[in-house]
Amino acid sequence: MSTITDPPKPGFRLSQLIYDTRYRSLTIQTVALILLVLAFSWLISNTIQNLEALGKDFDFGFLSSRAGYDINQMLIPYDNSMSHGRAALVGIANTLLVAFLGCVTATVIGVLVGVLRLSKNWIVSRLMAVYVEAFRNVPLLLWIVLIFALLTESTPQPRDFREGGSASMMFSESVAITNRGVFIPNPIWGPNSGILIAVFIASIIGAILYRRYAKKVLFDTGRLLPMTWPALAIAIIPTVLFYFILGRPVSLEYPVLGGFNFQGGIQLRNSLIALWVALSLYTGAFIAEIVRAGILSVSKGQTEASFALGLRPNRTMNLVILPQALRVIIPPLISQFLNLTKNSSLAIAVGYMDVRATLGGITINQTGRELEGMLLLGMFYLAISLIISSLMNVYNNSKKLKER
Amino acid sequence: MSDTNAQSVSFVRDKMLPESAPPTLERGVVKWIRENLFSSILNSVLTLGSIYVIYWIVAHLYPWLANSVWYASSLNECREIRDATVGPGVPSACFAVITDRWEQLLFGFYPNDAYWRPVMALVAFLAAIAPVLFVSLPRKLLWFSAASPFVMFSLLWGGSIWGPITLAVGFGVGYAAFVLLGRVAGALVSVLGSIIAPVLFWMFLAGPIAGALTAVAPIGLPFVESRSFGGFTLSVIIGVSGIVLSMPLGILLALGRQSDLFIINKVSVAFIEVIRGVPLIVWLFTAQLILGYFLPPGTTFDLTLRVIIMVTLFSSAYIAEVVRGGLAALPKGQYEGADSLGLDYWQSMRLIILPQALKISIPGIVNTFIGLFKDTTLVVFIGLFDPIGLSNAIRASTDWNGIYWELFVFIGLLFFIFCYSMGRYSLFLERKLQRENR
Repeated sequence: MSTITDPPKPGFRLSQLIYDTRYRSLTIQTVALILLVLAFSWLISNTIQNLEALGKDFDFGFLSSRAGYDINQMLIPYDNSMSHGRAALVGIANTLLVAFLGCVTATVIGVLVGVLRLSKNWIVSRLMAVYVEAFRNVPLLLWIVLIFALLTESTPQPRDFREGGSASMMFSESVAITNRGVFIPNPIWGPNSGILIAVFIASIIGAILYRRYAKKVLFDTGRLLPMTWPALAIAIIPTVLFYFILGRPVSLEYPVLGGFNFQGGIQLRNSLIALWVALSLYTGAFIAEIVRAGILSVSKGQTEASFALGLRPNRTMNLVILPQALRVIIPPLISQFLNLTKNSSLAIAVGYMDVRATLGGITINQTGRELEGMLLLGMFYLAISLIISSLMNVYNNSKKLKER
Repeated sequence: MSDTNAQSVSFVRDKMLPESAPPTLERGVVKWIRENLFSSILNSVLTLGSIYVIYWIVAHLYPWLANSVWYASSLNECREIRDATVGPGVPSACFAVITDRWEQLLFGFYPNDAYWRPVMALVAFLAAIAPVLFVSLPRKLLWFSAASPFVMFSLLWGGSIWGPITLAVGFGVGYAAFVLLGRVAGALVSVLGSIIAPVLFWMFLAGPIAGALTAVAPIGLPFVESRSFGGFTLSVIIGVSGIVLSMPLGILLALGRQSDLFIINKVSVAFIEVIRGVPLIVWLFTAQLILGYFLPPGTTFDLTLRVIIMVTLFSSAYIAEVVRGGLAALPKGQYEGADSLGLDYWQSMRLIILPQALKISIPGIVNTFIGLFKDTTLVVFIGLFDPIGLSNAIRASTDWNGIYWELFVFIGLLFFIFCYSMGRYSLFLERKLQRENR
């Protein structure tokens, strides 16, 4: 017969803080916290001392003072009598513009090249491999500078477009490519154009609803309605009809050569085009690899199984391969978009007025507020990347394989 | 049998016919072309389109390259030579700018008579990295790898060799403290001792010792300022130090991000996200403009060093994310297996987890390195002379005003060679480390 007794409870000893795994993590974290606080207070006290020595303070008031410099590309109204904050907003809009344009074209290029690189056609796949390797292994900065040089050095001057000159405009006198930029027609929004836009948006929604309806019919009854052509028709025909019914409310203002340069139309500056093209081609090469890897990641058995079920190659791609490949493609694709947005700060190489050039460049130089300016600039980029990556997490969780 | 056949059938072949060749369309080059290039209408269109693109590129590039001028002292002279040989207006590359200025593109403003030093440093680097990259080489070479940072430093910057040597001795002091204290006291004391001893040595002993030794035996190469570094030397210095230093830091950050310890986890996450969320240019401007604010008043140190620190921090955050991917991809059983063997945290990481996780993350790590090496070109914006900055400087000189493409081709090719070979090595390593049967 034995009695069960509790094991003796030893008192807490100080050495347990180090040698007992139950307490050790607390010790480590406390030490880390203390070190961290010490480091931060050291940095902050240094900063305060340095600012005092320079006679500066930490103040964001400069954002509302007069900027006094011009910006050559504005998406929102701005002139040099407005504030530094407004100039920063113009810069942000420019950054977002080139990032958006770049993301769209890079995706198109990337998907095309990625698919073509998997093609059985030997020449095409080799050509695409050369493109991908060339762009992935050479610095983006070099591409931006090179394309900018190409645009400014080997395009005609505006005066060559005069009668008897060596250059001529393209697309029935509407587009002119010059060494000062590309001039394209500017749409003039007439009185009824609001209605036209509303019709356009409504018909796009209609097309989406139609596709949804066709899918529902397919799933409920098994009857396959044609999808692509009717949806396209719904999206386009009403807008075209209303365009003529409303008496052509939207017209185009063509660029015309006057004096030493083109007047009217929209001028796409070389800086914008060089940055846009270089960012799209560079990121496109990376996206191509992502797309290729995504398609290759779907095992061959899936294709064979769907052929065995009698699906045609087209439908196999749309219904079996792509949904599975997208799960692999989307996360790195989004991070490429983020990279593109951050790389757009290379605008400095071609003098494009993005947020780095306005807020992080001229404003800092004029006001001497390096600390505040760089802080705001960093926060802007950080905010964008945190927003996009949290959206990506939401998407990932919704598309994740539901297992266990 | 043969009789019946002889009566019913008039002729029976009793010898095998030789195989006839397949039809022309089904063999050799023709078959390959038909199957690979013209198997369908779409394919034929693609093939013709690609052939046209290739033709267009070759038609534009070939005359330019074929008529290139290799020896001249200015762009005008280039043009004169072209006019004399192939005629005016014919496209012609002027690679004379490369033969004239290649030293500048490779070495920046490094003293002319000392070009052998960066070259020897590169050789030392290759020798140091060879045993790390190729396991088949003898392991003894790793001792040279450990010494190579100090060798490369003395080669590149020069100055008295006693500075780097005492710095290296500091590490020896740390190791000695670790071993000796480990015998006397516990593990914790020896770890602390191995950190504190070399720091004390560097702070109080290293300076006087190095000074005394320099006074007694002034051995060393002439000192070269960081300002004279430029061109590919600068790119490679920044790239290599960033790569080497960011690897351990990145692994630590990744472990921190996977850690259960709340504070360490959050600090790592915050560091990684902040660094990754902001473009490198902004960090470089930070290094140039506002790093001075955070340091004690009066501290100034070299811009190149600041850039190296920033680039290291920047790429360590990216490495951390790649390694974290590798850590997350390991099955949970590996962690549990390590625990059940009774290994402590560092042992299990070192022996079980990291070897597997790093193997998975090799492609990502190499991609980060390639990106880092390409990003070294951004230092041009804070006034350092990388190859692109030097190409601007060359273009600004009166001799070579207006020359673009030849410089771009040269710089692009050099970067391509570096990055492409890194990519190839990663493929080689991946194949070599592949253990699964496929």
